[in-house]
Amino acid sequence: MPNPIQNVETRLRVPSTATKGEIIEIKTLISHPMYSGFTKDSAGKTIPRDIINTFAVTYNGRPVFKMTLQPAISANPFIAFSVVADQTGTFDFTWTDDNGAAYKDQAQITVS
Amino acid sequence: MKLAIGFAVTALLVVGLIAVARSDEGSNLAKHTVGNEKSGYVYASPDTRAMQDDDFSNPGFLWIERGKTLWNTPYGAAGKSCATCHGAAATSMKGVGAKYPVFDAAQGKVIDIEQRINLERTTRMGAAPFPWESRDLLAMTAYVKLQSRGMPVAVTTSGPAKVFWLEGKRFYDTRRGQLDMSCEQCHVQNNNNKLRSNTLSQGQINGFPTYRLKWQSLGSVQRRFRGCNKKVRAEPLPYGSQEYVDLELYVASLGQGLPVETPAVRQ
Amino acid sequence: MMTETEFGPALYTRRKSIAVAGSGLLAALAVLMLPDAALAKTADVNKWLAQQLPGTPSPGKVTIDAPDIAENGNTVPITISVDSPMTEQNYVKTIIMAADGNPLPGVAIFELSPANGKASVDFRIRLAQTEKVTAVAQMSDGSLWTASRVIKVTIGGCGG
Repeated sequence: MPNPIQNVETRLRVPSTATKGEIIEIKTLISHPMYSGFTKDSAGKTIPRDIINTFAVTYNGRPVFKMTLQPAISANPFIAFSVVADQTGTFDFTWTDDNGAAYKDQAQITVS
Repeated sequence: MKLAIGFAVTALLVVGLIAVARSDEGSNLAKHTVGNEKSGYVYASPDTRAMQDDDFSNPGFLWIERGKTLWNTPYGAAGKSCATCHGAAATSMKGVGAKYPVFDAAQGKVIDIEQRINLERTTRMGAAPFPWESRDLLAMTAYVKLQSRGMPVAVTTSGPAKVFWLEGKRFYDTRRGQLDMSCEQCHVQNNNNKLRSNTLSQGQINGFPTYRLKWQSLGSVQRRFRGCNKKVRAEPLPYGSQEYVDLELYVASLGQGLPVETPAVRQ
Repeated sequence: MMTETEFGPALYTRRKSIAVAGSGLLAALAVLMLPDAALAKTADVNKWLAQQLPGTPSPGKVTIDAPDIAENGNTVPITISVDSPMTEQNYVKTIIMAADGNPLPGVAIFELSPANGKASVDFRIRLAQTEKVTAVAQMSDGSLWTASRVIKVTIGGCGG
Protein backbone atom coordinates (compact mmCIF):
# COMPACT_ATOMS: atom_id res chain seq x y z
CA MET A 1 0.00 0.00 0.00
CA PRO A 2 1.93 3.09 -1.17
CA ASN A 3 2.14 5.96 1.27
CA PRO A 4 -0.97 5.85 3.37
CA ILE A 5 -1.28 8.98 5.51
CA GLN A 6 0.24 8.06 8.85
CA ASN A 7 -1.15 8.71 12.29
CA VAL A 8 -4.62 9.69 11.30
CA GLU A 9 -6.89 10.92 14.10
CA THR A 10 -10.56 9.98 14.17
CA ARG A 11 -13.24 11.38 16.43
CA LEU A 12 -16.69 9.93 17.01
CA ARG A 13 -19.73 11.27 18.80
CA VAL A 14 -22.11 8.37 19.41
CA PRO A 15 -24.49 8.36 22.36
CA SER A 16 -23.47 5.61 24.80
CA THR A 17 -27.09 4.78 25.59
CA ALA A 18 -30.45 5.03 23.80
CA THR A 19 -33.97 3.74 24.07
CA LYS A 20 -35.06 1.14 21.55
CA GLY A 21 -36.31 2.80 18.38
CA GLU A 22 -34.75 6.16 19.20
CA ILE A 23 -33.22 7.96 16.22
CA ILE A 24 -29.70 8.96 17.27
CA GLU A 25 -27.34 11.34 15.54
CA ILE A 26 -23.80 10.16 14.89
CA LYS A 27 -21.03 12.64 14.16
CA THR A 28 -17.62 11.74 12.84
CA LEU A 29 -14.40 13.56 12.05
CA ILE A 30 -11.15 12.31 10.59
CA SER A 31 -7.88 14.17 10.03
CA HIS A 32 -6.96 13.95 6.35
CA PRO A 33 -5.69 16.63 3.93
CA MET A 34 -7.98 15.44 1.12
CA TYR A 35 -5.61 16.50 -1.65
CA SER A 36 -8.02 17.24 -4.48
CA GLY A 37 -5.38 17.04 -7.22
CA PHE A 38 -6.01 20.70 -8.02
CA THR A 39 -3.65 22.29 -5.48
CA LYS A 40 0.05 23.03 -5.79
CA ASP A 41 2.86 22.75 -3.30
CA SER A 42 5.23 25.59 -2.41
CA ALA A 43 7.47 24.63 -5.35
CA GLY A 44 4.55 25.09 -7.74
CA LYS A 45 4.18 21.40 -8.43
CA THR A 46 0.64 19.96 -8.52
CA ILE A 47 -0.02 17.72 -5.53
CA PRO A 48 -1.56 14.49 -6.85
CA ARG A 49 -5.07 13.55 -5.74
CA ASP A 50 -5.09 11.66 -2.44
CA ILE A 51 -8.42 11.61 -0.70
CA ILE A 52 -10.61 9.47 1.46
CA ASN A 53 -13.04 8.20 -1.12
CA THR A 54 -15.37 6.01 0.96
CA PHE A 55 -16.87 6.10 4.45
CA ALA A 56 -18.84 3.04 5.57
CA VAL A 57 -20.57 2.31 8.86
CA THR A 58 -21.92 -0.99 10.16
CA TYR A 59 -24.06 -1.60 13.24
CA ASN A 60 -23.47 -5.06 14.69
CA GLY A 61 -22.14 -6.00 11.27
CA ARG A 62 -25.13 -4.64 9.35
CA PRO A 63 -24.35 -1.78 6.90
CA VAL A 64 -26.21 1.35 7.98
CA PHE A 65 -24.49 4.19 6.11
CA LYS A 66 -22.18 4.70 3.17
CA MET A 67 -20.75 7.86 1.66
CA THR A 68 -18.68 8.19 -1.50
CA LEU A 69 -16.47 11.27 -1.19
CA GLN A 70 -15.23 13.30 -4.17
CA PRO A 71 -12.32 15.81 -4.14
CA ALA A 72 -14.85 18.57 -3.41
CA ILE A 73 -15.16 17.34 0.18
CA SER A 74 -13.16 19.57 2.54
CA ALA A 75 -10.06 18.39 4.37
CA ASN A 76 -10.62 16.74 7.76
CA PRO A 77 -14.00 15.38 6.63
CA PHE A 78 -16.86 15.95 9.04
CA ILE A 79 -19.76 13.56 8.38
CA ALA A 80 -22.95 13.35 10.45
CA PHE A 81 -25.97 11.12 9.90
CA SER A 82 -28.80 9.40 11.78
CA VAL A 83 -29.39 5.79 12.82
CA VAL A 84 -32.29 4.02 14.54
CA ALA A 85 -30.89 2.56 17.78
CA ASP A 86 -32.52 -0.85 17.95
CA GLN A 87 -29.94 -3.12 19.61
CA THR A 88 -27.04 -2.98 22.04
CA GLY A 89 -23.77 -3.42 20.25
CA THR A 90 -21.03 -1.89 18.18
CA PHE A 91 -20.79 0.68 15.45
CA ASP A 92 -17.81 0.09 13.16
CA PHE A 93 -16.53 2.99 11.08
CA THR A 94 -14.20 2.56 8.10
CA TRP A 95 -12.68 5.34 6.04
CA THR A 96 -10.86 4.15 2.89
CA ASP A 97 -8.45 6.31 0.91
CA ASP A 98 -7.23 6.33 -2.68
CA ASN A 99 -4.29 4.11 -1.72
CA GLY A 100 -6.63 1.46 -0.36
CA ALA A 101 -5.63 2.21 3.24
CA ALA A 102 -8.51 1.71 5.66
CA TYR A 103 -8.77 3.78 8.84
CA LYS A 104 -11.06 2.32 11.47
CA ASP A 105 -12.79 3.30 14.66
CA GLN A 106 -15.50 1.84 16.85
CA ALA A 107 -18.15 2.89 19.36
CA GLN A 108 -20.41 0.96 21.72
CA ILE A 109 -24.04 1.62 22.46
CA THR A 110 -26.39 0.18 25.06
CA VAL A 111 -29.99 0.11 23.92
CA SER A 112 -32.77 -0.56 26.43
CA MET B 1 -61.61 42.87 17.14
CA LYS B 2 -60.31 39.40 18.12
CA LEU B 3 -58.29 39.31 14.92
CA ALA B 4 -56.66 42.64 15.73
CA ILE B 5 -55.72 41.43 19.22
CA GLY B 6 -54.43 38.19 17.68
CA PHE B 7 -52.19 40.12 15.31
CA ALA B 8 -50.98 42.42 18.07
CA VAL B 9 -50.09 39.48 20.34
CA THR B 10 -48.29 37.67 17.53
CA ALA B 11 -46.40 40.81 16.60
CA LEU B 12 -45.33 41.35 20.20
CA LEU B 13 -44.27 37.70 20.44
CA VAL B 14 -42.21 37.98 17.26
CA VAL B 15 -40.57 41.20 18.42
CA GLY B 16 -39.97 39.61 21.81
CA LEU B 17 -38.44 36.48 20.29
CA ILE B 18 -36.20 38.51 18.01
CA ALA B 19 -35.13 40.59 21.00
CA VAL B 20 -34.30 37.45 22.98
CA ALA B 21 -32.41 35.93 20.05
CA ARG B 22 -30.52 39.18 19.51
CA SER B 23 -29.71 39.50 23.18
CA ASP B 24 -28.59 35.84 23.25
CA GLU B 25 -26.30 36.58 20.34
CA GLY B 26 -25.39 39.89 21.96
CA SER B 27 -24.47 38.31 25.27
CA ASN B 28 -22.53 35.58 23.43
CA LEU B 29 -20.53 38.15 21.49
CA ALA B 30 -20.04 40.16 24.68
CA LYS B 31 -18.09 37.23 26.11
CA HIS B 32 -15.55 37.74 23.32
CA THR B 33 -15.24 41.50 23.83
CA VAL B 34 -13.35 43.42 26.49
CA GLY B 35 -13.79 47.17 26.34
CA ASN B 36 -12.80 48.11 22.80
CA GLU B 37 -10.99 44.82 22.24
CA LYS B 38 -12.84 42.41 19.97
CA SER B 39 -11.83 38.84 19.40
CA GLY B 40 -11.81 37.52 15.83
CA TYR B 41 -14.83 35.48 16.96
CA VAL B 42 -16.96 38.61 16.74
CA TYR B 43 -16.06 39.08 13.06
CA ALA B 44 -16.73 35.48 12.06
CA SER B 45 -19.96 34.31 10.43
CA PRO B 46 -22.56 32.47 12.57
CA ASP B 47 -21.68 29.16 10.85
CA THR B 48 -18.00 29.58 11.67
CA ARG B 49 -18.78 30.53 15.27
CA ALA B 50 -21.02 27.48 15.57
CA MET B 51 -18.13 25.32 14.40
CA GLN B 52 -15.93 26.75 17.15
CA ASP B 53 -18.56 26.56 19.88
CA ASP B 54 -19.09 22.81 19.54
CA ASP B 55 -15.98 20.87 20.60
CA PHE B 56 -17.04 18.04 18.35
CA SER B 57 -17.66 20.13 15.23
CA ASN B 58 -14.41 21.99 15.81
CA PRO B 59 -11.77 20.35 13.59
CA GLY B 60 -9.07 21.84 15.86
CA PHE B 61 -9.90 19.08 18.31
CA LEU B 62 -8.29 16.54 15.99
CA TRP B 63 -5.01 18.24 16.96
CA ILE B 64 -6.08 18.38 20.62
CA GLU B 65 -6.57 14.60 20.55
CA ARG B 66 -3.09 14.22 19.15
CA GLY B 67 -1.69 16.66 21.72
CA LYS B 68 -3.22 14.63 24.52
CA THR B 69 -1.58 11.49 23.17
CA LEU B 70 1.78 13.23 22.81
CA TRP B 71 1.55 14.62 26.36
CA ASN B 72 1.52 11.04 27.60
CA THR B 73 4.12 9.68 25.18
CA PRO B 74 7.64 9.04 26.48
CA TYR B 75 10.47 10.56 24.48
CA GLY B 76 14.23 10.75 24.74
CA ALA B 77 16.89 8.71 26.51
CA ALA B 78 15.23 9.02 29.94
CA GLY B 79 11.92 7.80 28.53
CA LYS B 80 10.00 10.67 30.11
CA SER B 81 6.72 12.08 28.88
CA CYS B 82 5.33 15.52 29.69
CA ALA B 83 3.05 13.77 32.15
CA THR B 84 6.04 12.30 34.05
CA CYS B 85 6.93 15.74 35.46
CA HIS B 86 3.77 17.74 34.86
CA GLY B 87 1.07 15.22 35.67
CA ALA B 88 -2.35 16.04 34.31
CA ALA B 89 -2.21 18.96 31.88
CA ALA B 90 -5.58 20.25 33.04
CA THR B 91 -4.01 21.01 36.41
CA SER B 92 -0.40 21.85 35.69
CA MET B 93 -0.98 23.85 32.50
CA LYS B 94 -4.01 25.79 33.71
CA GLY B 95 -3.37 29.48 33.07
CA VAL B 96 0.03 28.87 31.51
CA GLY B 97 -0.97 29.48 27.89
CA ALA B 98 -2.68 32.75 28.84
CA LYS B 99 0.65 34.25 29.94
CA TYR B 100 2.73 33.47 26.89
CA PRO B 101 4.99 34.78 25.36
CA VAL B 102 7.08 35.25 28.53
CA PHE B 103 10.57 36.43 29.34
CA ASP B 104 12.78 33.44 30.12
CA ALA B 105 15.79 34.35 32.27
CA ALA B 106 17.88 31.35 31.17
CA GLN B 107 17.32 32.19 27.51
CA GLY B 108 17.69 35.92 28.14
CA LYS B 109 14.77 36.70 25.84
CA VAL B 110 11.05 36.41 25.41
CA ILE B 111 9.94 32.99 24.18
CA ASP B 112 6.62 31.57 23.00
CA ILE B 113 4.88 28.31 23.90
CA GLU B 114 6.33 26.46 20.92
CA GLN B 115 9.84 27.38 22.01
CA ARG B 116 9.07 26.42 25.60
CA ILE B 117 7.82 23.01 24.50
CA ASN B 118 10.95 22.40 22.47
CA LEU B 119 13.20 23.64 25.28
CA GLU B 120 11.58 21.17 27.64
CA ARG B 121 12.10 18.42 25.09
CA THR B 122 15.73 19.18 24.40
CA THR B 123 16.95 20.19 27.86
CA ARG B 124 14.84 18.02 30.14
CA MET B 125 13.82 15.04 28.07
CA GLY B 126 16.82 14.63 25.81
CA ALA B 127 14.43 14.48 22.91
CA ALA B 128 14.62 16.12 19.49
CA PRO B 129 12.65 19.34 19.09
CA PHE B 130 9.44 19.23 17.05
CA PRO B 131 9.93 21.09 13.74
CA TRP B 132 8.17 24.44 13.38
CA GLU B 133 4.60 24.13 12.13
CA SER B 134 4.75 20.35 12.33
CA ARG B 135 1.58 18.49 13.21
CA ASP B 136 3.08 17.44 16.54
CA LEU B 137 4.22 20.91 17.58
CA LEU B 138 0.82 22.35 16.64
CA ALA B 139 -0.91 19.59 18.57
CA MET B 140 1.15 20.15 21.71
CA THR B 141 0.87 23.94 21.55
CA ALA B 142 -2.88 23.76 21.10
CA TYR B 143 -3.24 21.19 23.88
CA VAL B 144 -1.29 23.33 26.33
CA LYS B 145 -3.19 26.48 25.40
CA LEU B 146 -6.51 24.67 25.61
CA GLN B 147 -5.93 24.35 29.36
CA SER B 148 -6.27 28.14 29.54
CA ARG B 149 -9.39 28.29 27.39
CA GLY B 150 -11.86 30.83 28.71
CA MET B 151 -9.25 32.50 30.92
CA PRO B 152 -8.23 36.07 30.14
CA VAL B 153 -5.05 36.69 28.15
CA ALA B 154 -2.57 37.91 30.79
CA VAL B 155 0.81 38.72 29.26
CA THR B 156 3.50 40.68 31.10
CA THR B 157 4.87 43.62 29.17
CA SER B 158 6.91 45.27 31.92
CA GLY B 159 10.22 44.38 33.55
CA PRO B 160 12.66 42.39 31.41
CA ALA B 161 9.90 41.71 28.84
CA LYS B 162 9.49 45.40 28.09
CA VAL B 163 12.34 45.82 25.62
CA PHE B 164 11.00 42.86 23.58
CA TRP B 165 7.46 44.22 23.75
CA LEU B 166 8.77 47.53 22.38
CA GLU B 167 10.45 45.65 19.52
CA GLY B 168 7.15 43.95 18.81
CA LYS B 169 5.38 47.30 18.79
CA ARG B 170 8.00 48.69 16.42
CA PHE B 171 7.44 45.79 13.99
CA TYR B 172 3.67 46.27 14.23
CA ASP B 173 3.89 49.97 13.43
CA THR B 174 6.48 49.69 10.64
CA ARG B 175 5.40 49.75 7.00
CA ARG B 176 6.80 46.89 4.99
CA GLY B 177 6.57 45.11 1.69
CA GLN B 178 5.85 46.30 -1.82
CA LEU B 179 2.45 47.44 -0.60
CA ASP B 180 4.26 49.39 2.09
CA MET B 181 1.71 48.71 4.79
CA SER B 182 1.98 48.12 8.52
CA CYS B 183 -0.13 45.87 10.76
CA GLU B 184 -1.33 49.00 12.51
CA GLN B 185 -2.82 50.50 9.35
CA CYS B 186 -5.27 47.66 8.76
CA HIS B 187 -5.89 46.37 12.23
CA VAL B 188 -5.97 49.59 14.24
CA GLN B 189 -6.73 52.42 11.84
CA ASN B 190 -9.04 50.44 9.59
CA ASN B 191 -10.57 47.68 11.65
CA ASN B 192 -14.29 47.34 10.94
CA ASN B 193 -13.74 48.76 7.45
CA LYS B 194 -14.01 46.57 4.37
CA LEU B 195 -11.13 45.12 2.40
CA ARG B 196 -12.91 43.78 -0.69
CA SER B 197 -15.79 41.84 0.86
CA ASN B 198 -13.95 41.17 4.12
CA THR B 199 -14.45 43.19 7.27
CA LEU B 200 -11.01 43.89 8.73
CA SER B 201 -10.68 42.56 12.25
CA GLN B 202 -8.44 43.88 15.00
CA GLY B 203 -6.01 41.05 14.27
CA GLN B 204 -6.30 39.57 17.75
CA ILE B 205 -4.47 36.30 18.40
CA ASN B 206 -6.28 34.96 21.46
CA GLY B 207 -7.48 31.93 19.47
CA PHE B 208 -4.20 30.60 18.15
CA PRO B 209 -3.30 27.94 17.19
CA THR B 210 -6.40 28.35 15.05
CA TYR B 211 -8.24 26.15 12.56
CA ARG B 212 -8.48 28.41 9.54
CA LEU B 213 -11.06 27.29 6.99
CA LYS B 214 -8.79 28.59 4.26
CA TRP B 215 -5.85 26.50 5.50
CA GLN B 216 -8.12 23.51 6.15
CA SER B 217 -5.74 22.90 9.01
CA LEU B 218 -4.78 24.10 12.45
CA GLY B 219 -2.03 26.70 12.15
CA SER B 220 0.16 28.79 14.40
CA VAL B 221 0.22 32.53 14.96
CA GLN B 222 3.57 32.70 13.18
CA ARG B 223 2.06 31.05 10.13
CA ARG B 224 -0.49 33.83 10.18
CA PHE B 225 2.19 36.52 10.57
CA ARG B 226 4.07 35.04 7.61
CA GLY B 227 0.86 35.05 5.58
CA CYS B 228 0.11 38.67 6.44
CA ASN B 229 3.66 39.65 5.50
CA LYS B 230 3.35 37.81 2.17
CA LYS B 231 0.11 39.60 1.42
CA VAL B 232 1.73 43.02 1.62
CA ARG B 233 4.45 41.53 -0.59
CA ALA B 234 7.03 41.52 2.14
CA GLU B 235 9.49 38.69 2.55
CA PRO B 236 8.15 36.54 5.40
CA LEU B 237 10.57 35.87 8.24
CA PRO B 238 11.52 32.30 9.15
CA TYR B 239 9.51 30.55 11.85
CA GLY B 240 11.00 31.21 15.25
CA SER B 241 12.42 34.62 14.33
CA GLN B 242 12.76 36.77 17.41
CA GLU B 243 10.86 39.50 15.54
CA TYR B 244 7.80 37.23 15.37
CA VAL B 245 8.05 36.20 19.00
CA ASP B 246 8.31 39.86 20.04
CA LEU B 247 5.42 40.67 17.73
CA GLU B 248 3.40 37.88 19.31
CA LEU B 249 3.95 39.45 22.74
CA TYR B 250 2.90 42.86 21.49
CA VAL B 251 -0.21 41.63 19.66
CA ALA B 252 -1.18 39.47 22.64
CA SER B 253 -1.00 42.58 24.82
CA LEU B 254 -3.43 44.33 22.46
CA GLY B 255 -5.89 41.62 23.41
CA GLN B 256 -5.13 41.61 27.13
CA GLY B 257 -8.20 40.31 28.93
CA LEU B 258 -9.81 38.64 25.92
CA PRO B 259 -10.64 34.99 26.60
CA VAL B 260 -8.20 32.38 25.30
CA GLU B 261 -10.18 30.59 22.58
CA THR B 262 -7.69 27.97 21.42
CA PRO B 263 -8.48 26.15 19.20
CA ALA B 264 -10.46 28.91 17.50
CA VAL B 265 -12.13 28.49 14.11
CA ARG B 266 -11.69 31.36 11.69
CA GLN B 267 -12.00 31.93 7.97
CA MET C 1 -13.59 71.72 -30.14
CA MET C 2 -11.90 69.07 -28.03
CA THR C 3 -14.05 66.98 -25.70
CA GLU C 4 -12.75 64.48 -23.19
CA THR C 5 -14.14 61.00 -23.30
CA GLU C 6 -13.03 57.89 -21.47
CA PHE C 7 -11.13 56.93 -24.62
CA GLY C 8 -9.14 60.10 -24.54
CA PRO C 9 -9.77 63.46 -26.17
CA ALA C 10 -12.28 63.12 -29.02
CA LEU C 11 -11.56 65.26 -31.99
CA TYR C 12 -14.39 63.73 -33.94
CA THR C 13 -17.66 62.59 -32.47
CA ARG C 14 -17.73 59.98 -35.25
CA ARG C 15 -14.61 58.33 -33.84
CA LYS C 16 -16.22 58.32 -30.46
CA SER C 17 -19.34 56.64 -31.79
CA ILE C 18 -17.24 54.04 -33.64
CA ALA C 19 -15.26 53.39 -30.47
CA VAL C 20 -18.46 53.02 -28.49
CA ALA C 21 -19.94 50.71 -31.12
CA GLY C 22 -16.73 48.68 -31.14
CA SER C 23 -16.75 48.22 -27.41
CA GLY C 24 -20.43 47.37 -27.63
CA LEU C 25 -19.62 44.63 -30.13
CA LEU C 26 -16.91 43.30 -27.87
CA ALA C 27 -19.31 43.37 -24.96
CA ALA C 28 -21.91 41.52 -27.01
CA LEU C 29 -19.33 38.90 -27.96
CA ALA C 30 -18.35 38.56 -24.32
CA VAL C 31 -21.98 38.04 -23.34
CA LEU C 32 -22.33 35.42 -26.07
CA MET C 33 -19.23 33.64 -24.81
CA LEU C 34 -19.97 33.62 -21.08
CA PRO C 35 -23.23 31.71 -21.09
CA ASP C 36 -21.56 28.96 -23.12
CA ALA C 37 -18.92 28.50 -20.44
CA ALA C 38 -21.59 28.51 -17.77
CA LEU C 39 -23.74 26.11 -19.79
CA ALA C 40 -20.82 23.69 -20.09
CA LYS C 41 -20.64 23.47 -16.29
CA THR C 42 -24.40 22.94 -15.99
CA ALA C 43 -24.16 20.25 -18.65
CA ASP C 44 -21.36 18.54 -16.68
CA VAL C 45 -23.51 18.60 -13.56
CA ASN C 46 -26.53 17.19 -15.34
CA LYS C 47 -24.39 14.50 -16.96
CA TRP C 48 -22.89 13.46 -13.62
CA LEU C 49 -26.26 13.47 -11.85
CA ALA C 50 -27.80 11.37 -14.64
CA GLN C 51 -24.87 8.94 -14.52
CA GLN C 52 -25.50 8.30 -10.82
CA LEU C 53 -29.31 8.41 -10.94
CA PRO C 54 -30.80 8.18 -14.44
CA GLY C 55 -34.13 9.94 -14.90
CA THR C 56 -35.70 13.34 -14.54
CA PRO C 57 -36.05 14.49 -10.94
CA SER C 58 -39.02 16.55 -9.76
CA PRO C 59 -38.43 19.57 -7.55
CA GLY C 60 -39.42 18.94 -3.94
CA LYS C 61 -38.85 16.89 -0.79
CA VAL C 62 -35.16 17.82 -0.69
CA THR C 63 -33.79 20.69 1.41
CA ILE C 64 -30.25 22.03 1.23
CA ASP C 65 -29.14 23.97 4.31
CA ALA C 66 -26.09 26.10 3.64
CA PRO C 67 -24.84 29.61 4.35
CA ASP C 68 -25.93 32.20 1.75
CA ILE C 69 -22.39 33.53 1.80
CA ALA C 70 -19.60 31.09 2.62
CA GLU C 71 -17.07 32.41 5.12
CA ASN C 72 -14.44 30.61 3.04
CA GLY C 73 -14.88 28.49 -0.07
CA ASN C 74 -12.58 25.80 1.28
CA THR C 75 -14.90 24.67 4.04
CA VAL C 76 -18.65 25.21 3.51
CA PRO C 77 -21.00 23.39 5.92
CA ILE C 78 -23.92 21.67 4.16
CA THR C 79 -26.94 19.76 5.45
CA ILE C 80 -29.13 17.84 3.01
CA SER C 81 -32.42 16.55 4.36
CA VAL C 82 -35.15 14.69 2.51
CA ASP C 83 -38.77 14.54 3.60
CA SER C 84 -39.43 10.81 4.03
CA PRO C 85 -40.85 8.52 6.75
CA MET C 86 -37.87 6.17 6.22
CA THR C 87 -40.03 3.06 6.63
CA GLU C 88 -39.56 -0.20 4.74
CA GLN C 89 -42.38 0.89 2.42
CA ASN C 90 -41.11 4.39 1.81
CA TYR C 91 -37.51 5.49 2.31
CA VAL C 92 -34.65 7.38 0.70
CA LYS C 93 -32.12 5.10 -1.00
CA THR C 94 -29.60 7.52 -2.37
CA ILE C 95 -28.75 11.19 -2.11
CA ILE C 96 -26.23 12.77 -4.47
CA MET C 97 -24.84 16.28 -4.73
CA ALA C 98 -23.08 18.18 -7.54
CA ALA C 99 -21.72 21.72 -7.94
CA ASP C 100 -21.60 23.68 -11.19
CA GLY C 101 -18.57 25.89 -10.63
CA ASN C 102 -15.96 23.38 -9.45
CA PRO C 103 -13.31 21.69 -11.60
CA LEU C 104 -15.30 18.45 -11.21
CA PRO C 105 -19.09 18.36 -10.88
CA GLY C 106 -19.52 15.49 -8.40
CA VAL C 107 -19.43 16.24 -4.68
CA ALA C 108 -20.84 13.27 -2.75
CA ILE C 109 -23.03 10.16 -2.87
CA PHE C 110 -24.89 8.85 0.18
CA GLU C 111 -26.54 5.44 0.53
CA LEU C 112 -29.30 5.22 3.09
CA SER C 113 -31.96 2.77 4.29
CA PRO C 114 -34.78 2.56 6.84
CA ALA C 115 -32.02 1.89 9.41
CA ASN C 116 -31.25 5.62 9.32
CA GLY C 117 -34.63 6.73 10.65
CA LYS C 118 -34.08 10.19 9.21
CA ALA C 119 -32.79 11.16 5.78
CA SER C 120 -30.41 13.91 6.83
CA VAL C 121 -26.67 14.24 6.26
CA ASP C 122 -24.16 16.91 7.34
CA PHE C 123 -20.82 17.43 5.68
CA ARG C 124 -18.39 20.15 4.54
CA ILE C 125 -17.52 20.95 0.95
CA ARG C 126 -15.15 23.02 -1.18
CA LEU C 127 -16.55 25.58 -3.56
CA ALA C 128 -14.18 27.19 -6.05
CA GLN C 129 -16.43 30.21 -6.62
CA THR C 130 -20.01 31.41 -6.24
CA GLU C 131 -21.96 28.52 -7.70
CA LYS C 132 -25.08 26.42 -7.58
CA VAL C 133 -25.14 23.13 -5.71
CA THR C 134 -27.78 20.57 -6.66
CA ALA C 135 -28.96 17.58 -4.66
CA VAL C 136 -30.98 14.67 -6.05
CA ALA C 137 -32.64 12.00 -3.89
CA GLN C 138 -33.83 8.59 -5.10
CA MET C 139 -36.71 7.04 -3.18
CA SER C 140 -37.39 3.35 -2.67
CA ASP C 141 -40.17 3.57 -5.27
CA GLY C 142 -37.62 4.79 -7.81
CA SER C 143 -38.89 8.39 -7.92
CA LEU C 144 -36.31 11.19 -8.06
CA TRP C 145 -36.54 14.52 -6.25
CA THR C 146 -34.26 17.55 -6.39
CA ALA C 147 -33.36 20.95 -4.95
CA SER C 148 -30.70 23.52 -5.79
CA ARG C 149 -29.13 26.43 -4.04
CA VAL C 150 -26.66 29.16 -4.95
CA ILE C 151 -23.90 29.73 -2.42
CA LYS C 152 -21.88 32.92 -2.69
CA VAL C 153 -18.13 32.59 -2.30
CA THR C 154 -16.15 35.79 -1.95
CA ILE C 155 -12.48 36.53 -2.35
CA GLY C 156 -10.99 37.15 1.06
CA GLY C 157 -9.82 40.66 1.75
CA CYS C 158 -6.19 39.89 2.13
CA GLY C 159 -6.12 36.11 2.60
CA GLY C 160 -2.76 35.16 3.95
